[in-house]
Amino acid sequence: MHQLTIRELARGLRDKSFSSVELTQHYLDRIQKLDPAYNSYITVTADQALAQAKDADARIAQGDDSLLCGVPMAHKDIFCTDGIKTSCGSKMLDNFVPPYNATVVENFNRLGAVSLGKTNMDEFAMGSTNESSFYGAVKNPWDTSRVPGGSSGGSAAAVAALLTPAATATDTGGSIRQPASLCGVTGLKPTYGRVSRWGMIAFASSLDQGGPIARNAEDCAIMMQAMASFDSKDSTSMDHPIEDYSALLDKPLAGLRIGVPKEYFGEGLNPQVAEKIQAAIKQFEAMGATIKDITLPHNSLAVPAYYVIAPAECSANLSRFDGVRYGHRCENPADLMDLYKRSRSEGFGEEVKRRILVGTYALSAGYYDAYYSKAQKVRRLIKQDFMNAFEEVDVIMGPTATSTAYELGSLNKDPVSMYLEDIYTTATNLAGLPGISIPCGFVDGLPVGLQVTANYWREGQLLNLAHQYQQETDHHRQTAPNVA
Amino acid sequence: MDQSDIAKLANLARLDINETTASEVAESINGILGLVDQLQNANTDGIAPMAHPQDAMQRLRKDEVSEENVREQFQAIAPEAEEGLYLVPKVID
Repeated sequence: MHQLTIRELARGLRDKSFSSVELTQHYLDRIQKLDPAYNSYITVTADQALAQAKDADARIAQGDDSLLCGVPMAHKDIFCTDGIKTSCGSKMLDNFVPPYNATVVENFNRLGAVSLGKTNMDEFAMGSTNESSFYGAVKNPWDTSRVPGGSSGGSAAAVAALLTPAATATDTGGSIRQPASLCGVTGLKPTYGRVSRWGMIAFASSLDQGGPIARNAEDCAIMMQAMASFDSKDSTSMDHPIEDYSALLDKPLAGLRIGVPKEYFGEGLNPQVAEKIQAAIKQFEAMGATIKDITLPHNSLAVPAYYVIAPAECSANLSRFDGVRYGHRCENPADLMDLYKRSRSEGFGEEVKRRILVGTYALSAGYYDAYYSKAQKVRRLIKQDFMNAFEEVDVIMGPTATSTAYELGSLNKDPVSMYLEDIYTTATNLAGLPGISIPCGFVDGLPVGLQVTANYWREGQLLNLAHQYQQETDHHRQTAPNVA
Repeated sequence: MDQSDIAKLANLARLDINETTASEVAESINGILGLVDQLQNANTDGIAPMAHPQDAMQRLRKDEVSEENVREQFQAIAPEAEEGLYLVPKVID
């Protein structure tokens, strides 16, 4: 059952090949048996999952035709879940049990989806390796001595290890696309404003966006349909028509104009990864697309701009964790200042503190113009690069990451070298554009992801071209060793 | 940025950075500031700062109550609360 896609599971549930309770139990058993090797879940909610499955079976018996009804899935532990611990990968929230659901969680609950639990992540979504989690590193199912990427490493690893058919995730600077690339799964970062951020713990509010990770584009389309919604409770949610993502999947690609930026193939890119990316682009050409060399001249400034804007917004957002209203509080505070400082210092890990300090500096008197304001201006230049490109091409293709999955412990010692690994992904967030990572081959047995970026609100186009590519290739059907 | 700058910054951010790690933290933050200083080379004359990707404005709504009061639920997860109040160490003698 764990080999089946969401669409196949929906069929199996309707023709009574299995019930949602049987399917859910099967996944729970697999998680119990296999997840100790990967650490992809922080919390497994067996009782709630089985209760949801029982309800779903009753709904299906009454003719419910939602594709997600009775289908197991998992939520990144950044989405608040009513009555279920939501840690954001941090000691700060190790004791936090929210009294409400995120809008995204509500959307899935309404459709009758079954939540297996909460997936592991870098602390407060800050990291590209999943090693900053308070709950320990996640291991890449393709090679457990390697990282799964981050920050949605738990979601990507759980999908790759067939410990859930799909999972929610979030992307602030690449946190859906990069782990999807490193784990050989499909991950979509939607347009900023497409998916509600209500109840999604904030890291950098002008960049954060939720999206799905699944085994293929067809399942991402089903997940995305559930996630996308206009939400009056999220002041950054945008009221834009929502496409029927599944209906768009079969559109032929003839006439698709693909831009390939030279800046995505410069120094730092693993040459074997580059080869796989070029081969994937050739495949699209064979399917009727035309290829054009383009330029994104300000791309090299995306990482510097990102590492001002994201820390600045994080320092403001994380000021709410003060030891007073919820979350970690230190023992026996001497006074209010001691309460704030010790609660925060004990609750936050090293990388989170580092980013709070950088953000505090960038926003402090005398430095605001030189850092934050300057970065916001560069952000507009980066967006303008994309807008110029989209006058000539429909989508932009390149690598998601500079290499395949790194060895555990190899990157997290030096923050600057870790940050530079985000070179292909951060610009998309700064511009608020949608992007997808699609499995496009292997180097030494490790997956490689093709990144595709489209214009605003073109999630349907990204899912369509990914689906068409997946009709012609089988990279996405490969499974990691020891998970079958 | 040196250890005393880190101490000032940590105070602003309400963090405790002890003296033994302050030089390490200063070093890593200097590395990051070196990275972001590349921004200074960009010509941004006449470019307006971009706060929202699609230059959207904050939505406004009518000033009326739309949510029910759930104070008790929220205070149930507080480290220390009493009679509807969050408790902290004494602030005024």
